[in-house]
Amino acid sequence: MRLIGRVIQNLKRRFRKSSHHGLGLLVFENTSEVIRAEQILKKEGCDVSVKGPPPELRKGCDLVIEFQLVEELRVRCVLQKQGASILDVVPLNSELLQPVDIFQTRDFGDYLMVRAANMKITVDKQSTMIVNISGGGCPDVPYLAQEMVGKKLQDAPTPRDIGHTLCGYALQLAYEEIQQQC
Amino acid sequence: MLIIVGTVPDPNLGLLIGKSALKSRCLTVEKTDIPIQRGTPALIASACKVCEVFGAEQPLAILAGDIGLGHGSRELYAYLTEHIREYLFSTIVFHYLQPDVDWHCRVLFALQEMQQQPTLIADAGFMYAAKMSGYAGEYDLFTPDIGELAFLADENAPHPFYTRGFILHEQNKVQDLISRAYQHKNAARNLLIKGATDLIVSGGEIIKQVNEPVVEALEAMGGTGDTVTGMTAALISSGLGITEACTLAARTNRLAGKLANPTPASQVTDIIEQIPTALRIKNRQDT
Repeated sequence: MRLIGRVIQNLKRRFRKSSHHGLGLLVFENTSEVIRAEQILKKEGCDVSVKGPPPELRKGCDLVIEFQLVEELRVRCVLQKQGASILDVVPLNSELLQPVDIFQTRDFGDYLMVRAANMKITVDKQSTMIVNISGGGCPDVPYLAQEMVGKKLQDAPTPRDIGHTLCGYALQLAYEEIQQQC
Repeated sequence: MLIIVGTVPDPNLGLLIGKSALKSRCLTVEKTDIPIQRGTPALIASACKVCEVFGAEQPLAILAGDIGLGHGSRELYAYLTEHIREYLFSTIVFHYLQPDVDWHCRVLFALQEMQQQPTLIADAGFMYAAKMSGYAGEYDLFTPDIGELAFLADENAPHPFYTRGFILHEQNKVQDLISRAYQHKNAARNLLIKGATDLIVSGGEIIKQVNEPVVEALEAMGGTGDTVTGMTAALISSGLGITEACTLAARTNRLAGKLANPTPASQVTDIIEQIPTALRIKNRQDT
């Protein structure tokens, strides 16, 4: 059943990729708000994904949330209840930039490293302790490293909760991938 | 003199400007102690070590606290736009700043109004903004890693997070990525590409390769790219040409890594401690 569910989801995604009709964008002031809103909406079961804004969109930050326009009312309602403020809602007219979805894994024996885009996370395989975070260029990277290194994967704050930028979001993807692999 | 601009992950730190000093394993700027873990403090600490060996003036740090919300970065951008022309310096390196194309351009234009043009080096977030601004060619040196090179090569990507998959897959065709970055005018005049083999590029051509000694653990360690950039900037400021500085910094970083005998769990301070020894050995070998 799980497999069938995944196949249906993939087919839906493929269909959505080939057509922008019926899709809208939620625009936020900064990346932290996007990350928080995505978390809230996914928890509520909304079909959303994080994308790069189209070049013609001149407001907001470097991430937007793509959603089914037909669900606008529900989406607004869910976010309003949680105190998340949307800057704007716009219909989607063109292809959006896709976040990176390629992971590179390197096994160092006792340690495992996962890279997503420009971010790398390394974990001690036995203890699941995060031993290093590297890469990136946005100012929350040193902050995330400061807060996460030296803690076990399950105990560390997640980049989704304390990160603010695209580098933070890339680290979240690497973090989720390494969690699956450990 | 060398100026280093960047951020520190401390939300309570405002604008902080002063000569850098290293005391034991702690960086001090204007009587404020800053831990060296990675990022801009690691870059400054490695530059300080090089200046110490060459008996050069310690770098001037222009810093602000920022944990990713961009407040500190904007404070820095605003300060630089207004005051950078008041400083006398030969080299400036920009590092962890929130990428902001508009603010980047204001800073660049302020620098271009200076009578004596300094050597311009960009890494990390400021390099992302420089690429997106369309003014990458105004810079003397970018110091990307291989993933960031793919970002420079992708003319559509506003951040490495959006580098298109088909370009990321071209990791083995580094020369193609370099050509593409130059073709779309998204590269500085020189590149130091940090990776399994460090590549020194000038005008789109690889002119030096550094791949010895091999210290595999360095790839996992946070801050090892920052140390290369810091050493390169200090060497350029001390009078070396860009190619020579990049080559010596890449070699020294590897040797410092080897001397520290690290694991993927080691911290960059272990490498920084070894820089003077590694630099003296490399300098002796090269002369």
